[in-house]
Amino acid sequence: MSAAVRWVPFKTIVIKEINRILRIWGQTLVPPAITMTLYFLIFGQLVGSRIGEMGGHRYMDFIVPGLVMMSVIQNAYANVVSSFFGSKFGRYVEELLVSPTPNWVILAGYVSGGVLRGCMVGGIVLIVSLLFTDLSIAHPLVMLASVILAAVLFALAGFVNAVYAKKFDDISIIPTFILTPLTYLGGVFYSVSLLPEFWRNVSLANPILYTVNAFRFGVLGESDVPVGTAFAIMLVSILVLGAYCLRLLDKGVGLRA
Amino acid sequence: MYALDVVDLKKTYGTRVEALKGISLTVEEGDFFALLGPNGAGKSTLIGIAASLVRPSSGDIKVFGKSVVTERSAAVAHIGLVPQEFNFNQFEKPFEILVNQAGYYGVPRELAKTRAEQYLKQLSLWDKRDVASRTLSGGMKRRLMIARAMMHTPKLLILDEPTAGVDIEIRRSMWTYLKDINRAGTTVILTTHYLEEAESLCRNIAIIDHGMIVKNTTVKALLGTLDRETFVFDLSQPLAVAPDLPDCLVHRVDDTTIEVDVPRGTELNGLFAILSAAGIGVRSMRNKANRLEELFVRLLEKPKDAA
Repeated sequence: MSAAVRWVPFKTIVIKEINRILRIWGQTLVPPAITMTLYFLIFGQLVGSRIGEMGGHRYMDFIVPGLVMMSVIQNAYANVVSSFFGSKFGRYVEELLVSPTPNWVILAGYVSGGVLRGCMVGGIVLIVSLLFTDLSIAHPLVMLASVILAAVLFALAGFVNAVYAKKFDDISIIPTFILTPLTYLGGVFYSVSLLPEFWRNVSLANPILYTVNAFRFGVLGESDVPVGTAFAIMLVSILVLGAYCLRLLDKGVGLRA
Repeated sequence: MYALDVVDLKKTYGTRVEALKGISLTVEEGDFFALLGPNGAGKSTLIGIAASLVRPSSGDIKVFGKSVVTERSAAVAHIGLVPQEFNFNQFEKPFEILVNQAGYYGVPRELAKTRAEQYLKQLSLWDKRDVASRTLSGGMKRRLMIARAMMHTPKLLILDEPTAGVDIEIRRSMWTYLKDINRAGTTVILTTHYLEEAESLCRNIAIIDHGMIVKNTTVKALLGTLDRETFVFDLSQPLAVAPDLPDCLVHRVDDTTIEVDVPRGTELNGLFAILSAAGIGVRSMRNKANRLEELFVRLLEKPKDAA
């Protein structure tokens, strides 16, 4: 397959993913918007007004970047894990497996689908947040780069989950028992500088802390961790996870007999 | 160059189940080839390896000279696969399914749309192009999979029991379509349980059992090895027991029907004379279409008898 011809299968997978996201918009786009509106209303508006400032910002302003990033992460992950596992479960992944499409194109296509859904939902949540606060973006490029890197990273994680999953329960275990707790403990609702030293150090092992803080730096110009470190950790994690995904595809784990 | 060249192919699932025990066979370009065998014989494993869904334990398959082991992309680009089970997204529309499939093979979207229209029309699915594919009947789903397999105009079409569970009318129309595809130059390999299908469509045949090739020859040569044939007689009067006729094996089907098994080449005049002498009146007679079936059963029985 020449480079020009490889572009066609990639585009096909991405179009297919976009069609899927839009076809089931009631499951993919609306629920996160409703959930995040409730977070803004309850934590930002009702509880937040009694908290005062966090990290030198109104509490509502402080949680907006965290909630946007939380939406991006969860939706990028959810899109890839449900779409790829669905294709395995329905066996229509075989349409791709019998074709000459290289494994890296398959991976890039599904990850792009996850990134697109993450960005769509993140955009919706950002727009909803404007109902509650006036945001001025401190570093737009940092904001954009952190969203895309976080979405890629968690889309890859979703792909690993989908490859190993054998039943539908397996695709909800990781989001429920690992991803959600890590997100809540990743500095979405608080600054880790408030924690005692031991728990602050434990928090530094949480990858979501870096994605949330990189994005918060992009929006507010403030971060609990050095932004350079956050980007380095995201990039290295993407490389490691991406290589692992390709290895799984090359070995045919869960896909080829 | 062969369309398919299977070289000492072995596949063991886990450590115990030997699905293929060193199969070698070739399929000529332009052939219409039947792969026959009972359930669990290894047919689907062989097809799975050709399509790269299953990895061989050893050996290789070459598709138009390209190895599925070392040149996977180049090899599978020549293959169109119609699997046994429905394996398309039941929530997608037939038109989308075809266009996407072409895309995976690098066919530009506009060309893919043109081809999708062409194949959906040829397979009488055009009016169903925009319905959710889960709403299609079994026969329509099978035809959709044939259309999908043709979207990148493969040189080799492999069909794994394409007419299973399809009514006679649709089966015949699918046969006509497959014959047309083959006539246009596409090599076709077919697995089937309908022996009549293999007999009427295929030129060459391989019978596989317990992971080994039991017979690999032309359909004509295989049929030529038959040394007996069976005639079905509708009788003018009922018979209580099967009559004893010289040089014939008689099976009483019901009160007014008997099947008579005779050596191949037996003159029918002689047969009628025997029946007449036994006081049996015949209202009508037909040849029983069991030729390949009989050979198939006989070939598969041999290894068991030997064991």
